Amino acid sequence: MNTALGAAGLAAFLALGEAVPRLGIVKERYFPPTSRIARALGDQITDGAFWTDLGDTLTGWALGLMIAVGAGIVVGVVLSVVPYLREATASTIEFLRPIPSVALIPLAVLLYGTELRSVLLLVVYASFWQVLIQVMYGVRDVDPVAEETARSYGLGTWARIRHVLWPTALPYVMTGVRLAAAVALILTVTAELVIGAPGLGARIAVAQTSQAVPEMYALIVVTGLLGLIVNVGARTVERYALAWHQSVRGEVAV
Amino acid sequence: MTDALAGRTRPNPWAGRLLRALFVVALPALLFALWWLASDGSTDVYWPPLRTIIRTFPDVWTRARLRADLVPSLLRLLAGYASAATAGIALGTLIGSYRKVRAVCEPVLEFLRAVPPPVLVPVIMLFAGIGDTMKIVVIASGCVWPILLNTIEGVRGVDPVMSETARSYGITGPARIRSLVLPSASPQIFAGLRQALSVGIILMVISEMFAASNGLGFTIVQFQRGFAIPDMWTGILVLGLLGFLLSVVLQLVERRVLGWYHGLRDSSRRSP
Repeated sequence: MNTALGAAGLAAFLALGEAVPRLGIVKERYFPPTSRIARALGDQITDGAFWTDLGDTLTGWALGLMIAVGAGIVVGVVLSVVPYLREATASTIEFLRPIPSVALIPLAVLLYGTELRSVLLLVVYASFWQVLIQVMYGVRDVDPVAEETARSYGLGTWARIRHVLWPTALPYVMTGVRLAAAVALILTVTAELVIGAPGLGARIAVAQTSQAVPEMYALIVVTGLLGLIVNVGARTVERYALAWHQSVRGEVAV
Repeated sequence: MTDALAGRTRPNPWAGRLLRALFVVALPALLFALWWLASDGSTDVYWPPLRTIIRTFPDVWTRARLRADLVPSLLRLLAGYASAATAGIALGTLIGSYRKVRAVCEPVLEFLRAVPPPVLVPVIMLFAGIGDTMKIVVIASGCVWPILLNTIEGVRGVDPVMSETARSYGITGPARIRSLVLPSASPQIFAGLRQALSVGIILMVISEMFAASNGLGFTIVQFQRGFAIPDMWTGILVLGLLGFLLSVVLQLVERRVLGWYHGLRDSSRRSP
């Protein structure tokens, strides 16, 4: 039922994309109809260089995300569990976190040029905070009664992390990972687009400067599909990891 | 003896405040000192001594430059962010409340949200040229997704008992949204607003790096291309300060709006 409704929504969206430029509501030069974009997409898929660029983008994304998630969870839990550490680091985190990672673009260009390290610098910096903040929000959400119960049963720090803190924080962590996965993709493509590191972003920049509008849209659709796969993947992992949790169970039952 | 006991049971409020201030200042001071010492004798062009960066700061960020670059950037960010927040919360409440609407919209929304916003800069440039409209649209189109997504989640997660109670008391329509749905979704909505703020600043900078004649992103890239490295560092610091100040403002708003929520948490935490 839901799938049918979703497919209907998607079909309507695609049809709208075909009809609006055909009817002349928007100039075809600015917004090619769905079929033209689909044909350009077909041309891309048969191009070997496209797959190399896709591979580069995926490498930057996966490496950056892995580093950021690992570091975010470890640092988040340690900061929240060790007394006073959260208070001591709060002001520093609050200062560093909002520094937009793209402010580092000039520095990355100077230091590493168009290497992968340039991309990683931006990706890790941006997605690390997403995970860290969610982990810390999650730890703050721990039910005080459960926490004190665990304490009164004499559970040690490690057992409390494992049985009280982790299950409470997990939904937040999963949200953090999902957001970080999206942010990592955004920053990977952005770095390629602005710095010119090889990948889909650089390909979009080339399409733009050569006025290849349908190709540009086709590549944007590819980045969107990539993002979609990333999100659906993260959501599947989330659903699997949170099968016991209210938000997921409630959805299945109704 | 009695004084010592009294002191132990009722801690001196000044000592507590002093300790908290120490916590806030200690680590930044330490990091700052480390940076200062580590970079002091630096001859590396890309990592100039902190001393030089700080000395350059007032020369670069004069009142005229603040007015010419910071103000336009801020106005664009504000316009984009505000429209994203309005649209995100309104649409999110709608989509989150109706299961059918959610089912129809979800795949399309998922796709649109999945497109990395910076790649929209070239597209939006086609439509809207390279003026302020382009930048505001870019910022809004990126900020709206975290807010929308979090609002949907928050609205979906309304406590069913409360929902039933509201229904049995005949609270429906706008009253239900105002006094049940929005308050119980608000912690989630604020999480979305926080994330959207950082996305917004990113997009503000990116859109200015692409095509602009003023703004923070434009200026910083100019410094980098002209190899004015200390000036570039001051630009990074300004962006950091700006991001920090904006998040403080958002936090103050959050503390006001979510006062009841944090109060609830704290009181249940303090109870034995």
